[in-house]
Amino acid sequence: MNFNLKIWRQAEGSAAGKFVDYQAKEIPAEASFLEMLDIVNEGLIARNEEPVAFDSDCREGICGTCSLVINGVPHGPGKAKTTCQLYMRRFRDGDTIWVEPFRVLAFPIIKDLIVNRSALDQIVEAGGYISVRAGSAPEANGIAVSKRDADLSMEAAACIGCGACAAACPNSSAMLFTAAKISHLGLLPQGQVERSRRAVSMVRKMDELGFGNCSNQYECEAVCPAEISAGFIARLNRDYAGSAVKEAVLAE
Amino acid sequence: MPVATLTPAPARKFSRNPLIAFYQSSIGKKWIVGATGAILFAYVIGHLIGNLQVFLGPDRINGYAQFLHDLGPTLWVIRLSLLLAFIIHIVATIQLAQQNKAARPQAYAVQGYQRSTLTSRTMVVSGLIVLCFVIYHLLHFTFEATNPVFRTLEDSHGRHDVYRMLILGFRKPLISFFYVLSMFLLACHLSHGFASVVQTFGINNSKISGIVARSGESLASLIFIGYISIPIFILLRIVH
Repeated sequence: MNFNLKIWRQAEGSAAGKFVDYQAKEIPAEASFLEMLDIVNEGLIARNEEPVAFDSDCREGICGTCSLVINGVPHGPGKAKTTCQLYMRRFRDGDTIWVEPFRVLAFPIIKDLIVNRSALDQIVEAGGYISVRAGSAPEANGIAVSKRDADLSMEAAACIGCGACAAACPNSSAMLFTAAKISHLGLLPQGQVERSRRAVSMVRKMDELGFGNCSNQYECEAVCPAEISAGFIARLNRDYAGSAVKEAVLAE
Repeated sequence: MPVATLTPAPARKFSRNPLIAFYQSSIGKKWIVGATGAILFAYVIGHLIGNLQVFLGPDRINGYAQFLHDLGPTLWVIRLSLLLAFIIHIVATIQLAQQNKAARPQAYAVQGYQRSTLTSRTMVVSGLIVLCFVIYHLLHFTFEATNPVFRTLEDSHGRHDVYRMLILGFRKPLISFFYVLSMFLLACHLSHGFASVVQTFGINNSKISGIVARSGESLASLIFIGYISIPIFILLRIVH
């Protein structure tokens, strides 16, 4: 298959970027999107040109490293998959494909299609953990957890932290990510001790980093590779309001 | 390869006062927008029920208008509360919109919206046009500044003749046209607004989100039909 690519090239974060046209020729239909870019890069290297920089790691949809906005959609067309799980057979021969980096203020561009997503780590550092004595595994049935809460917590914990939610959001909001991280701990008994402090400080960190505000349009949910439900954002909204009141009263 | 570090200066600052800090947070501000929006939504429904009495004849709606005026100070408490809710709703939303714009300094070359709707993406535009409409609407029917002749209208009981004011006001096709257009934008605004309030107040979940969205659309449609029925029936001379 052959494709016309329009790829965002930017030498470094402070430099100006622009779209550059590339021809992807004789691409196997079963190639993943990243493998297609590998083929294009091999051609560039052979011609002594700078290859296109993009992020990838596991290439099996579980690490959350690959990014890219393909024809305006983070991780490209299709549901519940990352860019590495997008195959060229989804496109038509001769298609023009636009490839851009995640465009979020809090994700500064490092080079070409690579952005720095450490802002998400900073949100987790602000409270996305449980402070307990680490040691040998406790008795499995020592703390009872209902099946419903365990399932819901697992659904939230499926987040791989790729940042596609913020990239897809018309407001560059990281609410789906933050909601998932707060919910998967807040639903479990072990997460109750720090629950209100966690919600307040993680949301504050998210705001401080310059992410936008959720306007309930659910573009995040549509592109999420882990299919995290926007219902977790509703859970965060009520958790946050209760937590803010509790923290304000406790602060006296 | 050197990795760019994030600027240490926070994009937003927070007060030590928890109440102000709540308003400064993204979710807190959304709660405020949702709460004021819910008040205004309730008013839109109440106002519609009041207006629909025009179909019950002049005596009924003129009596209703007299009842409202006789509330005296209570009426002004309601009016000022609504004005306050309106101002807070607009100020907080504009602040949110500015932050949202700043959060994406460079737009995508290609837009690939998956789930959002035209109404959800144009809340600020529809809201600001409705604001313009509300100002005109108050000058038209409440303060009667655009048509001072309305002030002289009295019915046989010596009450302000609201019924004739509506008939005279809506018999002008251009005014009725803009009225209908404004009601359409209001309905668009309320459609996403209803679902948003449910989500922001944390009442939503993945099982009911579809029903919530449809409920917003249905309620907004009913409000639209209710409001535009008045100018349309007057224009068609069915109400005269």
